[in-house]
Amino acid sequence: MSYVTCLRCRGCGREYPVEPLNACDFCFGPLEVEYDYDSITRAVSRERIAEGPPTMWRYQDFLPVDADMALDMGTGFTPLIRAENLGRKLGLENLYIKNDSVNPTFSFKDRVVSVASAKALEFEFDTLACASTGNLMGSVAAHGAKASMNTLVLYPANLEKGKILGAAIYGATLVAVDGTYDQVNRLCSELADNHRWAFVNVNMRPFYAEGSKTLGYEVAEQLGWLAPDHCVVPGASGALFTKIHKGLKDLVQTGLIDSADTKMHIAQAEGCSPIAQAFNDGSKEVRPVIPDTLAKSLAIGNPADGPYALRTIAESDGSAVIAMEDEIVEGIQLLAQTEGIFTETAGGVVISGLRRLVNQGVIKPDEVTVAYITGNGLKTQEVVESVVNPVHISPSYDAFEEAMAGR
Amino acid sequence: MSIMVRIPTPLRRVTNGQDKVQVNGDSVGAIIGDLDSQFPGLKERLCDEQGELRNFVNIYVNGEDVRFLDGINSATAEGDEISIVPAVAGG
Repeated sequence: MSYVTCLRCRGCGREYPVEPLNACDFCFGPLEVEYDYDSITRAVSRERIAEGPPTMWRYQDFLPVDADMALDMGTGFTPLIRAENLGRKLGLENLYIKNDSVNPTFSFKDRVVSVASAKALEFEFDTLACASTGNLMGSVAAHGAKASMNTLVLYPANLEKGKILGAAIYGATLVAVDGTYDQVNRLCSELADNHRWAFVNVNMRPFYAEGSKTLGYEVAEQLGWLAPDHCVVPGASGALFTKIHKGLKDLVQTGLIDSADTKMHIAQAEGCSPIAQAFNDGSKEVRPVIPDTLAKSLAIGNPADGPYALRTIAESDGSAVIAMEDEIVEGIQLLAQTEGIFTETAGGVVISGLRRLVNQGVIKPDEVTVAYITGNGLKTQEVVESVVNPVHISPSYDAFEEAMAGR
Repeated sequence: MSIMVRIPTPLRRVTNGQDKVQVNGDSVGAIIGDLDSQFPGLKERLCDEQGELRNFVNIYVNGEDVRFLDGINSATAEGDEISIVPAVAGG
């Protein structure tokens, strides 16, 4: 069973039943899942978690899904890698990479969709849908296939080919929209009002977002039940960022760790950085922007959780950092060539953002730092095609020696 | 009555279940005023005490976010389509 008690508006505090709802009837604020933490505290222990499956569902007690409804495709409990080579380059002694690019559809989105699809089944929807910047639609399509549901994905028509293919292969109905992600998102909100479909990031969003908390739980467990000093997280809607922090705080609240003084840093790309700009301006409001960035997976100009991301920064004494557009590919290459991990553009933003945070003295050399790598580089090959410069020869020994002379 | 406003689910209780409403007005503010005269209480859902749009309310004129136009003073004209959308989706 789950320990959910109700949904509650984060704006005005009004209470709602556990239903596919995302906005408060009164103030339009976002609804969030509430739990009976006393019961969770009695139920959980480090041992119980260790005995669970080697997936995100080892933290089922913290998720809004009944155990027998969980749709477990093997998502989560991804490697936390001690990044000594990259650490040496950047001047960090205790750097870790949370490599979430190895999930079933190669991004962290499997965590949120794992929860949302289970919840959609529980609510007896037959269609799983989403507005996507790319990674989400692959995950929705795969989970829909596994759950024998229809899938409908809407996305900005200019997405990378790998992301479109990565949804099409599972049999999803693809709808390419001539517009930005924010326009696709608005359209999906309107569609969700009039069709009985489970839009994972619209009417299922309160449940969906909870899946990202597992990225906080796992990192603490993998560090030996300790919270890191710093987390560096890519920022699009801001939901992932706030939920990782919530995950760490959950562990303190339920007694699984003693404290979590983790400073939360959100990394955005120069061409779409509304949250980071608000942080730099000292504003509590996030002004929407029209995205123009290589990091399409982060191209949300009107971030739903922007104000809450700012609150998480303030609460955790963290910061926001902007990676310049020409640093995105540099970041991808740096991670690949030091740690052997090929990430997509969002990961390039994180690594370049991390480098800036170290250079600015925000992160000190001995502090335990976790950089979240949330997507796989094979999906955004277009941006790094220039690295392919083979030596081209005929199949002869001499040709090889000749071509390689002087290299 | 020449401008169509799409009403999102959270507001349909106020509009007696209607998902589209015809209104008049030469600005977003005037349209909200007309909506409120047809369905009393609707303005309070959309605007705060200062008359500004609430944080979680997005309004679009022909698909364009009014925050990229002139906010609540954005001009409207016959034939326009207005959408009211909760800002709590996506990502």
